[in-house]
Amino acid sequence: MTFLGMPARAPRGVGNLRGDESFPDAARTALADPQLRRNLRHATTTIRGKTDRVTAELPDWQELRAVGAALKAYTMAHLPELLERLEERVTAAGGTVHWAADANEANRIVTELVRATGQQRVIKVKSMATQEIGLNEALAAAGIQPVETDLAELIVQLGRDRPSHILVPAIHRNRAEIREIFLREMPGVDPALTDDPPALAAAARRYLRETFLSTPVAVSGANFAVAETGTLAVVESEGNGRMCLTLPETLITVMGIEKVVPRWRDLEVFLQLLPRASTGERMNPYTSMWTGVTAGDGPQAFHLVLLDNGRSAVLADPVGRSALHCIRCSACLNVCPVYERAGGHAYGSVYPGPIGAVLSPQLTGVEDNASLPYASSLCGACFDACPVKIDIPAILVHLRNTAPHPRSERAAMAAAAYTMDRPVLYAAAQRAARLARIVGRRGRGLPPPLSGWTASRDLPDPPSQTFRDWWAAR
Amino acid sequence: MNSRDLILGRIRAAIAGDAPLPTVPRDYRRGAEQPDLDLLVERLADYGVVVHRTNDVAAAIAAILGTGQVVVPPGLPPHWLPSGVRALVDDGLPTDRVAAADGVVTAVAVAVAETGTIVLDATPDQGRRLISLLPDLHVCVVHPEQVVSSVPRALDRLDPHRPLTWISGPSATSDIELDRVAGVHGPRTLHVILTEAPHDH
Ligand code: SF4
Repeated sequence: MTFLGMPARAPRGVGNLRGDESFPDAARTALADPQLRRNLRHATTTIRGKTDRVTAELPDWQELRAVGAALKAYTMAHLPELLERLEERVTAAGGTVHWAADANEANRIVTELVRATGQQRVIKVKSMATQEIGLNEALAAAGIQPVETDLAELIVQLGRDRPSHILVPAIHRNRAEIREIFLREMPGVDPALTDDPPALAAAARRYLRETFLSTPVAVSGANFAVAETGTLAVVESEGNGRMCLTLPETLITVMGIEKVVPRWRDLEVFLQLLPRASTGERMNPYTSMWTGVTAGDGPQAFHLVLLDNGRSAVLADPVGRSALHCIRCSACLNVCPVYERAGGHAYGSVYPGPIGAVLSPQLTGVEDNASLPYASSLCGACFDACPVKIDIPAILVHLRNTAPHPRSERAAMAAAAYTMDRPVLYAAAQRAARLARIVGRRGRGLPPPLSGWTASRDLPDPPSQTFRDWWAAR
Repeated sequence: MNSRDLILGRIRAAIAGDAPLPTVPRDYRRGAEQPDLDLLVERLADYGVVVHRTNDVAAAIAAILGTGQVVVPPGLPPHWLPSGVRALVDDGLPTDRVAAADGVVTAVAVAVAETGTIVLDATPDQGRRLISLLPDLHVCVVHPEQVVSSVPRALDRLDPHRPLTWISGPSATSDIELDRVAGVHGPRTLHVILTEAPHDH
């Protein structure tokens, strides 16, 4: 029994939590791509404006954030009982609950469940958990075709690309690029397709409709699962989620163990926080909730796969564990000056941006994502934006102290610290960046990653705790 | 050891010895007892819902549907439907027949003023989830007593054991440059008829 308490990280060799290169190396590619940075800046600026407007509308936004944070802390403290209760409620409502200790086991469970239906194709609604464990790769290896139905996932799949944002995986593509991908890769597409977003959305609607109507197995993630009632919730926009959750005969939902919420009424907090922080809407177009199976309505077989894959190891670290409070809204990505310049791919994991910088290294063990805790200027914008108040900068500093310090990070960060610590030099860097833009040579003369940051118009304010202070304090 | 016990054991070990937490505060707004119907109308319209305020439901539906064929749930009040409309009652219709219809008319369980949301709970006047999903046009009839001011008050009214669909505007996506664009897989046109006429004639 001694291994009961041993932290078990997400295993190597499966899933998408580890990149091929370190963050600074991967970021260099993105920094050399001005189109990518323009696309990212445009998208994140749009979303920030919308989120600011709809959060300012709620007089109790700060209270909701505090309650959201407290509910998540409560959940972590009672996780065993809550998961047992969830299992009991789902089972009582006609569902079947499976427990997966890691990515390999989850992939095996889902593959076997699909095999048992005799089907060779599944429709999927965007789910971070299934991307994390590499489910699509596992299904394909077993001869089962996974069809992503989310518009952005479809753009990524057709473009043979990788996701770069939690909420909007194709954020690195603009409308003209999406049109080109559709024209090139989408069977039966109208050659007169324009880059008007409604026209692009309509093309996806036509393309996927027949697949929805003819595929009897779906795989989904879950945003929330209520222990008290056994109710699952999926929050989405396009209706592809409703299609996957309603039309098939068999529904398989893969969910991280941290997604459980204690009570039904707790959803009143998260359903206010998530859409406003995420897409900047008062409410997202569609939220589906279901409890087990309902006779005569929707899938008649429901399987819930509860996934650990390193989460219990994250929970064992009292400082790092609040990374598990994340509701995957992506607000921290949209405000992050480093994300805006480096893009999502540089983080090497399905979890990019500030949350990825603290979550991925903890799921894999810091040694497998050693550069990620350095992928931040510690400016604190992510903490302010987070609807459940995760103190990401504090976790970053904590992880830097536990991580090995590769030479490259040391050098890059020291150079960045030196410049950012000196307002005069910083202003000069900003001027240089402006000049560089005019003459078409970006970030000349500054060391990475600052060269990337200064290539853009809106430099972050010098952080209150500078790299230098932090470096000196270590 | 099975994975269930393994995972639960790991979690118990991870949190063992932690200090107890303070109780979760609940100091956010529950919302006004009386909902603001004008706010509902405004918020619905904000996300592209076509709103009709009328006491003649049948006439409003006739004007929306024209000559199209419409799917209706088995418990829809018959007097809502204009005479002569081609209505297909869902008594377990095959999916392709539902998909081929021009529209669907349903009641709602709850409407939330602050967010411009309507919630369906699959009771007989709303029907199976798929009938409000496949046709390209969805007409909902809302009565004032179904309107609540806020999300917390909506949760109070809903039964978690029923399949619930929360709808805020027509199907949309933010996947292209993070801007909301109407119309992907769900109904691309959503009408709400807000009526103070009594349920039954
Ligand atoms: S860490 Fe917070 S801001 Fe970032 S995705 Fe998670 S919940 Fe959203």
